[in-house]
Amino acid sequence: MNVDVSLIDWSRAQFALTAMYHWLFVPLTLGLGVIMAVMESLYYKTGNEKWKRTAKFWMKLFGVNFAIGVATGIILEFEFGTNWSNYSWFVGDIFGAPLAIEGIIAFFMEATFIAVMFFGWKKVSKGFHLASTWLTVFGATISALWILIANAWMQNPVGMEFNPDTVRNEMNDFWALALSPIAINKFLHTVISSWLVGAAFVVGISSWFLLKKREKEFSIDSIKIAAIVGTIGIVLSVITGDSSAHQVAQKQPMKLAAMEGLYDGGNGVGLVAVGLLSCDKEPNDGKDPDIFNITFPKMLSFLANRDIDSYVPGINDIINGGYPTEKGVALSTQEKMDRGKLAIAALADFSKAKKAKDSTALYDAKQRLDENFKYFGYGYFKAPEDAVPNVSLVFYSFRIMVILAAYFLLLFIVVWIINHKKKFENMKWLQWVCLLSIPLAYITSQAGWIVAEVGRQPWAIQDILPVMAAVSDISVASVKTTFFIFLVLLTVLFVAELSIMIKQIKLGPEAEDTLHG
Amino acid sequence: MGKKWEITFTTLVTFGGAFFASFPLFYSTSFGGAYWVWILLLLTFVIQAVSFEYIYKQGNLYGQRTFKSFLFINGTLAPVLIGAAVSTFFYGAEFAVNKDNLTGVMPIISSWQNCWHGLEAVAVVENVVLGLAIFFLARCLAALYFINNIDNTSIATKARKQLLINGIGFLIAFLYYLVRLLLKSGWREDAVTGLISQEHCLYWHNLLQLPYVTAIFLVGVVLVLYGFIRTYFASRWRKGIWFAGIGTVFTVLALLLFAGFNHTAYYPSITDMQSSLTTANSSSSLFTLKAMSVVSLFIPFVLAYIWYVWRKMDKK
Repeated sequence: MNVDVSLIDWSRAQFALTAMYHWLFVPLTLGLGVIMAVMESLYYKTGNEKWKRTAKFWMKLFGVNFAIGVATGIILEFEFGTNWSNYSWFVGDIFGAPLAIEGIIAFFMEATFIAVMFFGWKKVSKGFHLASTWLTVFGATISALWILIANAWMQNPVGMEFNPDTVRNEMNDFWALALSPIAINKFLHTVISSWLVGAAFVVGISSWFLLKKREKEFSIDSIKIAAIVGTIGIVLSVITGDSSAHQVAQKQPMKLAAMEGLYDGGNGVGLVAVGLLSCDKEPNDGKDPDIFNITFPKMLSFLANRDIDSYVPGINDIINGGYPTEKGVALSTQEKMDRGKLAIAALADFSKAKKAKDSTALYDAKQRLDENFKYFGYGYFKAPEDAVPNVSLVFYSFRIMVILAAYFLLLFIVVWIINHKKKFENMKWLQWVCLLSIPLAYITSQAGWIVAEVGRQPWAIQDILPVMAAVSDISVASVKTTFFIFLVLLTVLFVAELSIMIKQIKLGPEAEDTLHG
Repeated sequence: MGKKWEITFTTLVTFGGAFFASFPLFYSTSFGGAYWVWILLLLTFVIQAVSFEYIYKQGNLYGQRTFKSFLFINGTLAPVLIGAAVSTFFYGAEFAVNKDNLTGVMPIISSWQNCWHGLEAVAVVENVVLGLAIFFLARCLAALYFINNIDNTSIATKARKQLLINGIGFLIAFLYYLVRLLLKSGWREDAVTGLISQEHCLYWHNLLQLPYVTAIFLVGVVLVLYGFIRTYFASRWRKGIWFAGIGTVFTVLALLLFAGFNHTAYYPSITDMQSSLTTANSSSSLFTLKAMSVVSLFIPFVLAYIWYVWRKMDKK
């Protein structure tokens, strides 16, 4: 295959850059949205003006963050076409539908009711305003639903079949796609874990007010709500995260092996709590994969198969094959590559037979294609090692995500208890901890996506289309140029957002925004 | 405007998603090929969204002038680029599509045939003229919107003046484009063999052979002109945006139907005629299109709640 490797790398880098920038804003939108909606609900229920004031302040910050989240989101939608054109054709019949549904069902809801939320305090009734706030949050949440359905489908392609006549994959079961257990779980895990970011943000900013000896009641009230939302979010994220890891074990064993830095699998495998990987480890090189690690015995087997003695394959096992699976003995990656090449050859034969109107050859090619299509994407690999993602990046990102999530769970519980005992306002050190923990919440969230997306590599669509066959036919220079344009533009806009956000925070709940009355 | 930019943006996102879902081969060929046109268009909208939200905010680090410049760039460049991109539906682009590539050493099916990657579109006079027509039209519609929504005599007077200047600009550009379009050759697909061939005055033929589309087109143009002319001459009449706005939707719809109906190649390849995209060879599967049709049933509901909400918001 003659696709320039640097074109693939720069295209991936550009998508990663824009996606990571986008993901700086989305989790705060999702998390802060729930918190401010709860606050407004309390205002509606109690009629206490303090809750209105509290909700309005956080809404103001929500608005600053929301705009840039929307603006950065559209870049990703366009990039599927501009940078991953082959992907767009090969699976556009399936992948495009959730994006369109997202626009029609979710984005219009958000776009309409957010205007009421900001500008409608004096124009609509209390009930209508509350409904608009919740509909804005609901719209943001279901917009995440549709894009995550699309993303889950990339991890586990279901509800489709390959059509050799059109040379693309076509949807044949919408509900299999929309209600795939992986999609549902991914949606719940992503959205609920975003509450952590919203909660950390509110707790941190409220702590800043306390450190400055300002807005005491407002801060205490905000922390009360945010700590509860954050705690619930993390507990539910642990449950959905566990399901997610179990699903990864079933559908993407290579990703799980990378998450654990596991090269040689076995029965009753332990889960690595902390560890340090060897820098120069390559598959099947006989070297130790790690310098040290501390494991929870048998827990990886339990996580993967709900059986503490079950077999979990490592990277070497997946490359070499021969280990037992539910469907028999696993093929080696080389065997999968051979069958992938058979599928690609069968597709070429199908095309020739169609042009020659040779029905016998057409039937034969179709048979061979159907038998081997499951491994179609492997046919583009040059070596079995091409199937291995960046192990260290996935391994460390997974640990960072889990350790920080545990830290935040502890932090929110401690903060809530201390706040409940009315001692938080006097604990400066804890207020500093909360303030300085805000960036850690973003790191947690970004690390989660790195595990999901870097762990998926080299696949654009699991087993069907590797990234090297998904790119657009454009020059590396063009992609490099747009990479740096996006880097500069998004950084400039991010700095603008931060500056406005900091100013709004400094002004505090009392300040009337110029536009948002 | 700051209250409603979200709706514009959402429409753009929905357009992208709907095009992706309905015509994946167009999405992959045009977006991946005419890379720079789409990237520039994208950038103009990214800066627009942020500008509307940040321009008057306290803490605006770059000052109002920066975001006004962003809005100026968006308002100037985006209509011209949209016009140039839409015009390639009639004047074509330099690309080739070969699905057999998927089984070859370079497995990318769509390739652009020049190194300009879409920028060459702005070197075609007609593409630029359509861009200018959209630029002037957008300014006219903005003037009509101000007249309808802002109760201020001074602004209304200025808007009417702008309506005249930009209305003349629009009419010249639009008529030039229309005449050239009706006289130009186009690519048409043979319904039986699927082969594409050239046909002189193809869009004129479409105008004659698709009377209902022609009717939509004429109604659209009349509504636009009625909205412009009556607003300009009747100083107390403020409802021109409704006529011109709906007329614009009808006119654009009809132009797009002329581009794609009647076996017309809606995205002609000027370097490899048989690679041209038609609705038959580039649309999604029937299953996906049916699914999308069901989803589109939500649109009236969406329009209804948008109308209801804004009626409530504008009331007091």
